[in-house]
Amino acid sequence: MKASWFSRLIPWLAPFTLLALWQLGSSLGWINHRVLPAPLAVLTSGWGLLSSGELFRHLASSFGRAASGFVIGGGLGLIFGLIAGLSRLGEALFDTTLQMLRNIPPLAILPLVILWFGIDESAKVFLVAFGTLFPVYLNTYHGIRSIDPALLEMARSYGVSGRELFRHVVLPGALPSILVGVRYALGIAWILLIVAETLSATSGIGYLAANAREFLQTDIVVLSILLYALLGKVVDSLARWLERRWLQWHPSYFQPA
Amino acid sequence: MKLDDLPSAEHAPIVLSGLTRRFGERVVLDGLNLSIPAGQFLAVVGRSGCGKSTLLRLLAGLDRADGGELRQPAQQSVRVMFQEARLLPWKSVLDNVALGLAPAQREQARDALAEVGLADRADEWPARLSGGQRQRVALARALVHQPRLLLLDEPLGALDALTRLDMQGLIERLWLAHRCTTVLVTHDVGEAVNLADRVVLVENGQVAMDTPVPLARSRNPADPAFVALEHAILQRVLQGPNAQPASTPTPAPAIHVSQLQWAL
Ligand SMILES: Nc1ncnc2c1ncn2[C@@H]1O[C@H](COP(=O)(O)OP(=O)(O)OP(=O)(O)O)[C@@H](O)[C@H]1O
Ligand SMILES: [Mg+2]
Repeated sequence: MKASWFSRLIPWLAPFTLLALWQLGSSLGWINHRVLPAPLAVLTSGWGLLSSGELFRHLASSFGRAASGFVIGGGLGLIFGLIAGLSRLGEALFDTTLQMLRNIPPLAILPLVILWFGIDESAKVFLVAFGTLFPVYLNTYHGIRSIDPALLEMARSYGVSGRELFRHVVLPGALPSILVGVRYALGIAWILLIVAETLSATSGIGYLAANAREFLQTDIVVLSILLYALLGKVVDSLARWLERRWLQWHPSYFQPA
Repeated sequence: MKLDDLPSAEHAPIVLSGLTRRFGERVVLDGLNLSIPAGQFLAVVGRSGCGKSTLLRLLAGLDRADGGELRQPAQQSVRVMFQEARLLPWKSVLDNVALGLAPAQREQARDALAEVGLADRADEWPARLSGGQRQRVALARALVHQPRLLLLDEPLGALDALTRLDMQGLIERLWLAHRCTTVLVTHDVGEAVNLADRVVLVENGQVAMDTPVPLARSRNPADPAFVALEHAILQRVLQGPNAQPASTPTPAPAIHVSQLQWAL
């Protein structure tokens, strides 16, 4: 029991030592606070923003953009992936087009997006949707196409077909691949959001950082970076939790018996 | 009038006449003739690539013949047990057995699982089972539908010798209980002699040998008659397609020659 308690502590040793040294360096005046603010200063300004409710406003608007962009892009990716994966006609109709569009780096269309939508909310949502569509599409399509044909043949010969076949064989078989796409898309969504919010916004964590930079508030800049890291981690944990829940059958997710 | 003598639809044999299957230039089944009486346990042996699986797939309706005729009794229910267990890894053992059953029939799936001795593993994932246990689940899944025709394509090929003997015993017990027409494809002549009522050899796309197994169940592989028959069939298989009919080995003395029909 004691050993496991200690071994859980070990990974935290290095970051906390670093943090302590950083704080020490700042307090002793070795580190210029315009370059890097002291951890305590970051914490204090974080507390200030939190108690004024401003932090929550920025978090909510960033999260809202990421979520709506992801739902639109990921949803479309899933639908197109299912259509192309399940039918030859769907594949012929969409696959080539989507494979071509996929090669465009999402940030490359940023100038065009700003031309179309201005610096409106819709610009950021569009950018996130554009970036998340392809990973979800590709992994859904690929997941369906790489289901073991032997399993499909078995299921058909046992009288399972149509919607039942989809529910019991195709969807669960493609799910690991779909979830890989989802996790990848979530990572992309954050990156796109950061760039878009830094360029143009009136709220959101990116705006918070850009605004603080104008006024040389390094503590808030660092705070925004930490917030992005935290949010990214939370969303990734959520995706991992889904994987553990839905892929229990997979040997890589077995709970130790 | 003896009505019993009329072949009712249920007891009609499966008849394959002149069955042909080609893949491109390669003729795999070349006018194969075979009649399988209802309730018979038939073993199909032959060299690798001779078309045993192709024959089984035709019987299962998973593939279509290019020529000839395949007559099956009407509404014959067929279940296949493949060489690999082919369990759905995302369904529990019980849900795998219940695949294609109505929700009301779940208890039957549980019973079938008990028949193969795996009732206590019902809620586990297939990946947690050993190879032999997975094959037993696949067997339960095939039997739960109470098929008229059970097709087994080298179901024990991947198992070790001891597990294989266990499984042979299990298959024989279940067959004696269900009495469905069974076609077992196997590489193992000993397995064929142990389980089947009749052994056929597929060679050059045709039935090259057709012999009954006149041994009482349950059979003892050490019994001289068993050994002799196994040896005779093995010799015939090894001889290959180019053998002259004259060189057919005479079966060991324990077997009466009249019991073997060499269809050459
Ligand atoms: N779908 C297919 N397309 C092309 N050729 C095929 C196909 N299925 C089988 N064949 C060919 O038909 C021949 C017989 O194959 P089959 O699988 O029936 O052999 P088998 O007797 O079951 O062999 P084994 O004992 O090794 O399983 C082989 O030469 C194989 O290459
Ligand atoms: Mg085969």
